[in-house]
Amino acid sequence: MRELVCIVCPRGCHMKVDEDLNVTGNFCPRGAAYAKTELTHPTRVVTSTVRLTGGRYPRCPVKTAGPVPKERVADVMAEIARAEIAAPVRVGDTVLEDVCGTGVAVVATRELL
Amino acid sequence: MADVVIIGCGAVGAATAMELSRYKLELVILERENDVAVGTTKANSAILHAGYDPRPGTLMARLNVRGSELCRAYCHALDVPYRGCGSMVLAFSEEERETLRELLDRGVKNGVPGLELLTGDQARAREPELADTVQAALWAPTAAIVSPWEMCLAFAETAVKNGAQLRLNACVTGIERRGEGYTVHTAQGDVEARYVVNAAGVDSGAVHDMAAPHSFDITPSRGEYYLLDKAEGARVNTVIFQCPTKLGKGVLVSPTVHGNLIVGPNAEPSEPHDEATTAGGLAFVKERALLSVPGIDFSKSIRNFAGVRANTGRDDFLIGCPAPGFLDLAGICSPGLTSAPAIGEYAVELLAREGLALEKKEHFDFSRRRVRFKELSPEAREELVRRDPAYGRVICRCETVTEGEILACLRTPIPPVSVDGVKRRVNAGMGRCQGGFCAPRVVEILSRELHLSPGEIVKDRAGMKMLARETKGGEADV
Amino acid sequence: MYELIVVGGGPAGLAAACAAWDAGLRSILIVERDRELGGILNQCIHNGFGLTWFKEELTGPEYAHRFVELLSRTGVEVRTDTMVLDVTADLSVHMTGPETGYRVERAKSVILAMGCRERTRGAIGIPGTRPAGVYTAGAAQRYVNIEGWLPGKRVVILGSGDIGLIMARRMTLEGAKVLACVEVMPYSGGLTRNIVQCLEDFGIPLYLSHTVTQIRGRDRVSEVVVSRVDENRRPIPGTEMVFSCDTLLLSVGLIPENELSERAGVTIDPRTKGPAVYENMETSVPGIFSCGNVTHVHDLVDFVSAESRRAGEAAANFVLKGPAAGEAVELLNGPGVSYTVPQRVRPGNVEKALNVFFRVNRIFGKSQIVVSRGDRELCRFKRDRLAPGEMESVTVPVKLLEGGPEPVAIAVKEAE
Repeated sequence: MRELVCIVCPRGCHMKVDEDLNVTGNFCPRGAAYAKTELTHPTRVVTSTVRLTGGRYPRCPVKTAGPVPKERVADVMAEIARAEIAAPVRVGDTVLEDVCGTGVAVVATRELL
Repeated sequence: MADVVIIGCGAVGAATAMELSRYKLELVILERENDVAVGTTKANSAILHAGYDPRPGTLMARLNVRGSELCRAYCHALDVPYRGCGSMVLAFSEEERETLRELLDRGVKNGVPGLELLTGDQARAREPELADTVQAALWAPTAAIVSPWEMCLAFAETAVKNGAQLRLNACVTGIERRGEGYTVHTAQGDVEARYVVNAAGVDSGAVHDMAAPHSFDITPSRGEYYLLDKAEGARVNTVIFQCPTKLGKGVLVSPTVHGNLIVGPNAEPSEPHDEATTAGGLAFVKERALLSVPGIDFSKSIRNFAGVRANTGRDDFLIGCPAPGFLDLAGICSPGLTSAPAIGEYAVELLAREGLALEKKEHFDFSRRRVRFKELSPEAREELVRRDPAYGRVICRCETVTEGEILACLRTPIPPVSVDGVKRRVNAGMGRCQGGFCAPRVVEILSRELHLSPGEIVKDRAGMKMLARETKGGEADV
Repeated sequence: MYELIVVGGGPAGLAAACAAWDAGLRSILIVERDRELGGILNQCIHNGFGLTWFKEELTGPEYAHRFVELLSRTGVEVRTDTMVLDVTADLSVHMTGPETGYRVERAKSVILAMGCRERTRGAIGIPGTRPAGVYTAGAAQRYVNIEGWLPGKRVVILGSGDIGLIMARRMTLEGAKVLACVEVMPYSGGLTRNIVQCLEDFGIPLYLSHTVTQIRGRDRVSEVVVSRVDENRRPIPGTEMVFSCDTLLLSVGLIPENELSERAGVTIDPRTKGPAVYENMETSVPGIFSCGNVTHVHDLVDFVSAESRRAGEAAANFVLKGPAAGEAVELLNGPGVSYTVPQRVRPGNVEKALNVFFRVNRIFGKSQIVVSRGDRELCRFKRDRLAPGEMESVTVPVKLLEGGPEPVAIAVKEAE
């Protein structure tokens, strides 16, 4: 039996998962899904910034468009660190199409004109 | 060769430089830090004492009373925040009532005007927040509060405007007698001068020893303070002292010219530059202050700080020439801030006695004005913003300080090079959020205007870097 | 003369202005001191926003952007880079900005949405030296996320508020070493999920019932001393640990920023440190409403949006239909409750049910939230767990609140 706290939403359900991946203590199905993923192949959405040229600020915030394997987070950060974009930027603009071969894109999260 | 080199640009050094700059002299001021007013001058009670404390007949007594008059006139002339709020010394026992009578007697002998003994009820009628246990008080109408760093800055700026040369980051490492004068070795090279003035504050003992046989020890004494939010600023209207003890003037409670309440200090022996606060010291200050004014809400504290005073264990300043042409202005403990302009005046007199030829300048620029957006009328604000839109952008929300004021202070005779330097000049970051919101904006402005990377911007002294390194593999570690 | 001036263009001001427009006001001005709308959300680049309001997970800037887009479809006027300096009781709003100039605008209603600020070192009185390297977590967040600079490389965080936890992760990902998070209370001040994903994910230890008792270092922080505290939060001698670090981040609480409100004559509730409000977010001054973190500090922006829409609608009603009528019932804090918002309710002004936000004053396990009037229980709600760091709310049918001015109390009873 494993115990874990759900990080899907601010509710923070305290969940229990047995050997057969049966989840209890979750308020919603997303919790169960999170628990199963967390115990088999944990993932995270990475949020960070990239270098921005020609904008009001020197950085633009970005995120991975979906979750990436938790053990690849450091690699994802490193690839984001090498990226650079130019203003104007709109929310959702693609910064990296496939970060670290995860199949996940990195997108801008702020409009900076 | 300079005529006079002044070592130290705190209140005493700045006042001396200003007084000397009235004459046709080549002046050099040496300051070990990157700004003026950063030693004892910036960390004290911000009080201009009336002058009943010093023993009658001492230099301290004379310079205090004279200094109190000069501070009022100079603050007015040089646009330095000053409030003549008066002070009270409280007595809680028969023994302390006796002390008040002694202080009154001393004050009268020292020539302090307007002193008056009040009963406990009379004192409470003027200051309703005083404790019921207050039995009597000595009222001194000529005591005042001031912005100590702005006063020092105004003196130093006046000296610079009138030709004095200020060298920052110029810590003195040695002094040699050379023929007619001295060679002063500093971190910024040597300076030759016919006369040397030692106004080095807590380091005045060390500087003395470079030029003359050892004759006194500075025994630095650290005092810790609370600064409270403006919500507490009107808790008292005047400076509230307790009876002085051997250790000093005791814990005071006072409004500040910036609208806050200041509470402190204790007095503990310390190293010359040890400005750390301690849990015990702060607890002592709090406990003692509540005896005078029980209603102080310490949960409204916005800052603690400590300052080091150049005590010598004697009851007078150490002013005189231990070597020809070398003038000590040493052991300037409380009431040093009040006495500073009078010490400056007296220093000129002593240097003249040493042979310094004094010829007044035809034109001495004795004026200083700065824009305080917050204090302007709506009409004046409108006009100012129309003329220069930078005055429309508020950078420090808590103190309502505009970008225009920050840019203007960067064009003064002694421009700031640090975030705290900006704070001392225009009050940005002095308020309740303590720079939480505006410090990043001030870093940005300094970086832009001084053409420095944000990584080079310092909080206060050289070496106090605000930021460690750029993200995203940018600028290497600095 | 504007029908409504909204002071602050963060999440609260944006939602309030949109709601007021939707409710029929056509002359609305938002005044924002920063150069863009969005407020502090622009530097909160992490995700976790919007799950309740938009039913999807957004980052702070994205959440703000959604509202900016909604706003752009209205005729609401916006002045950025403009700071409000004064709001008077007769609803004159003094403002200044480089392009705006200094001007005074009159309004028929005003919504206060200025947000909050962080508690500082001075407020908690940490002894020691005064070197560079002591920052509030929010200031550090601005340096890292907006300016692109790490304020330090070896970091200790005091306080387990959400911004501190978020910055622990953020600075770690940017290459800093976060040595510890230190919390004076026996429980965390932030959301549990942030403890998990910001500290535990990175092996950062959380020291509960500990505090920083000394800061050392002359130019830059060189060490901080951490001590365990007793049940009265006093440091226990002999428990000192020394951390060698260059930075101390403070995440020790947020304080609603109410200097403007106070000058306008608005009554401040000492418990929330924000304006005491009625059911429709109206303050003690008729025509002045308040919402978001200036009213009480929220954990989740989604609730700010909900509350702010109420304020916007109420301002519109005030302008279009006149002042809200009816006798007010006071909401009292019973045992276990540290504050409620609203503080006063006019049942005649509530449609069906009243949503009451509140915080508890300690950790509770399985418990009942009991709403009562005198000895009479009105209703109760079950909860599995309650924590001071997590804002709670209950929805009370308005019928139960009718029947005279006798105050109503909200209390927590823990199951045996």
